[in-house]
Amino acid sequence: MKIWRQKNSKEKGKIVNYEIDEISEDMSFLEMMDVLNEKIVLDGGDPVAFDHDCREGICGSCSMFINGEPHGPDRGVTTCQLHMRKFKDGDTIYIEPFRSRAFPIIKDLVVDRTAFDRIQQAGGYISINTSGNTLDANTIPVEKENADKAFDAATCIGCGACVATCKNSSAMLFVSAKVSQFALLPQGKVEATDRVLNMVKQMDLEGFGNCTNTGACHVECPKGISLDYIAKLNTEYAKASLKK
Amino acid sequence: MKKITYSLNYRKPKNQYSDHDELVVCLRYYHSIGNGKYKVTKKSTGIKCKLEDWDTDWHKSNNRHPIKSSDPNYLEKNTLLKNLSVELHSHAKNIKVSNGVLNSKIPEGSLDMKWTNHKNKVRLVSPANKRNIDIIVVGTGLAGGSASATLAEQGYNVKAFCFQDSSRRAHSIAAQGGINAAKNYQGDGDSVHRLFYDTIKGGDYRSREANVYRLAEVSTSIIDQCVAQGVPFAREYGGLLDNRSFGGVLVSRTFYAKGQTGQQLLLGAYSAMNRQIARGKIKMYSRHEMMDIVIIDGKAKGIITRNLVTGEIESHSAHAVVLASGGYGNLFYLSTNAMGSNVSASWKVHKKGAFFANPSFTQIHPTCIPVSGDYQSKLTLMSESLRNDGRIWVPKKLEDAKKIRNNILKPTEIPEDDRDYYLERRYPAFGNLVPRDVASRAAKERCDSGYGVNKTGEAVFLDFSSSIIRYGKEKALVKGLDMNDINLIKSLGEDVIKAKYGNLFQMYEKIVDQDPYKTPMMIYPAVHYTMGGLWVDYNLMTTIPGCYAIGEANFSDHGANRLGASALMQGLADGYFVLPNTINDFLADDIKTGPINNELPEFIQAKKSVEDSIEKLMNINGSKTVDYFHKKLGKIIWNNCGMSRNSVDLKSAIKEIQKLKKQFYSDLLIPGDQFSFNEPLAKALRVADFIELGELFALDALKRNESCGGHFREEYQTKEGEAMRNDKEFTFVSAWEYDKIIENSILHKEKLLFNNVELKNRSYK
Repeated sequence: MKIWRQKNSKEKGKIVNYEIDEISEDMSFLEMMDVLNEKIVLDGGDPVAFDHDCREGICGSCSMFINGEPHGPDRGVTTCQLHMRKFKDGDTIYIEPFRSRAFPIIKDLVVDRTAFDRIQQAGGYISINTSGNTLDANTIPVEKENADKAFDAATCIGCGACVATCKNSSAMLFVSAKVSQFALLPQGKVEATDRVLNMVKQMDLEGFGNCTNTGACHVECPKGISLDYIAKLNTEYAKASLKK
Repeated sequence: MKKITYSLNYRKPKNQYSDHDELVVCLRYYHSIGNGKYKVTKKSTGIKCKLEDWDTDWHKSNNRHPIKSSDPNYLEKNTLLKNLSVELHSHAKNIKVSNGVLNSKIPEGSLDMKWTNHKNKVRLVSPANKRNIDIIVVGTGLAGGSASATLAEQGYNVKAFCFQDSSRRAHSIAAQGGINAAKNYQGDGDSVHRLFYDTIKGGDYRSREANVYRLAEVSTSIIDQCVAQGVPFAREYGGLLDNRSFGGVLVSRTFYAKGQTGQQLLLGAYSAMNRQIARGKIKMYSRHEMMDIVIIDGKAKGIITRNLVTGEIESHSAHAVVLASGGYGNLFYLSTNAMGSNVSASWKVHKKGAFFANPSFTQIHPTCIPVSGDYQSKLTLMSESLRNDGRIWVPKKLEDAKKIRNNILKPTEIPEDDRDYYLERRYPAFGNLVPRDVASRAAKERCDSGYGVNKTGEAVFLDFSSSIIRYGKEKALVKGLDMNDINLIKSLGEDVIKAKYGNLFQMYEKIVDQDPYKTPMMIYPAVHYTMGGLWVDYNLMTTIPGCYAIGEANFSDHGANRLGASALMQGLADGYFVLPNTINDFLADDIKTGPINNELPEFIQAKKSVEDSIEKLMNINGSKTVDYFHKKLGKIIWNNCGMSRNSVDLKSAIKEIQKLKKQFYSDLLIPGDQFSFNEPLAKALRVADFIELGELFALDALKRNESCGGHFREEYQTKEGEAMRNDKEFTFVSAWEYDKIIENSILHKEKLLFNNVELKNRSYK
């Protein structure tokens, strides 16, 4: 294995070689990393730092760039759901962190993705206070097709694979998912104009690049978020810009 | 809060004594029983003193001598008394106080009016004053996220903490199946009372009536709130919300968003938080872990945290501290919890005086992907909602099971008559939808009897084939297609199943490398949720004033077994609707306090002790990694305190954990240093607390001599192997007070009163 090692955000990093054997094909990729780290620690070294938490593909913590692809060679999975049966005995595996100027490296494979949080803070919400006496939920019927599309958009886990794989480091798929979710629902329409303008502005401020429609983000997205949402984002943005 | 005083042992009213009368001196030991109350233990010293020689103001003098120099032997007597009090103090922790009165502060009035009355009575804080009050919230899952957002909306300054890199990653996100609410949209006879009743019964009558009723009452508001926030729940073609059914109930009251309900609800709370972060009302501290609580004048006033990136130890002050730090299923090492889920925040608060309730009440979820090997780091849940359409079975014949284990026979080759749908057989009324504890034990029973179906013999089948056919036929009929074309029927049926559970089937296929549309899933029970947690009163306050616990971190609503789709309901009920009402009452006293200085001696001392404990772990320099200890602890707990327990195993678990603790502090190896990103260190700090909790866990299970809900004691079962409750002796909450020697922890009992439901044998037959 060739793994990116970097002590902290200031120091320079480099690729370090590791060998590992006796890996079962039923192991997940991160369990293989656990085995490697156990070995490194017992040998007196510093284990490879990586983000992970739920290990069932939903929290969006894992952020490994494996053999040139975010979350590795399998489709529709995060790194924690990738299994070693996708590799062959004797393979060389390259592991790097998600790369983007907007995702500074904290240590080894751990990157800082708070830029995503700041984009959400710029407008990824519907302004409603908790009161206990909002309208009864069924007084807002939503066409099933729109409800399903809104749901599909909302399944984004905020992992950043779309950014990592994009040659422009664009966060358009991520932003479009949230914008579309709310734009498709009646509840979200009221603030739609400001939302899309503010979120896109924040996205640019964070240093993410622009979209040139290569579509790599959709291919690598562990949740398969559709490129249609980027089109939706562009429509929403154009509409909002005209309004303002 | 333990103190000892001297007093004279009066045997009749004071005015009937003369100054020359001699009385015996007593030691009075004040034992805290929470809520600022004490139980007093009196101990005679045998030393006598004349009334005229007794200094009633002894505690104000420098030497604290109760006997005046007018007594000829005053020096010896005073020295003796001093020695006796020192001696008593050192034994004090062994004095057991039973039946200590815990004040649960349940409001007066009829069950359905308690919450309304209470809300009308609690004191309020004006918007102008809220601006001057800070609240710390630890954890940003459903409970913490919703509480942070709501408190900030009200005008409080919230400081929110999570150990993950973003508040959106808390493990509530992994909840799959749904959230209950008594909306009765399906018109199947549901009501607040039925949800209340199902929850109380499901919890095997070990939860508080008033809390559970309130939960059922606010459940409907949760759905309204979430829909208004833009949470995309599943809908029917008419555009209205869809429901499904969960275990232990006979109505469809579960709202869902495919198999990602937790994710959608959490992102809703996250978006509400983001709105307040943008307004500057929430300050978010991600990658921070709570290391201790700071108590000043008996009240919670702040926390000590460790920055997980820089290793820096920081002090944060506030007027109240809310723990929303989740459950402790990772005590078992293997569980469906996230890797980082831990008990440390709760345990640190417990060590500072908050009682820990029902620690051994754990939920073992029946449908998880079985363990595949020693390297396994976590277990993956397959939602309970699958039991709506999946049928659970094992082969009827032992030889068939053996052949399946050895890969000679495929499950699809076993004819219908040779399959044992054991849940349908044993519990015809609820069938595959019995509560989790019942389903888990039944699976264990079949596997222990030799009918297990995977390599290790610890798995049963969850089969969708009959649902696929049923749905397929329905679709074919609607579309007017050939009902006899089996391949067409199957493919139509698979589409229906895919629309309902697509992501779960994909998850299963990725992990196991088998197609669950074609061959039945293999599942086995795994640790999922902990009903136990910090003891809280009706206001959700722990026994430390100003320290609250919400969501899975507290103990209050699920009794000995939680029903499916109720955890999301409780997390959001606590965070959106309960705590933001009750906390005002406490904070009403703080409108003039002003900001709390985080450099007060109490903060400095707490910070120092955290630094010392980290130093201690770093300096062990042993030979075993933290995972070694965690795995070992998990094995001890799973084998001795898992799905079924008995006193012999529990006692041996306590001894084994004590041994493990010694080994941990002498042979632990942590690489690197504490002033950097160091995951092994963060883990070691968590495991240190898990080890202590483990002992209390076993002790709690040992002291509860009955079977109830998820707590199954082999000694207490019916002839048919069902749990046997003992309502006469155990209708109480076990609230444990911390002691350095865990075995000496003090048990306080909160008696549970049932005025609105009849305690029945829980039957799902």
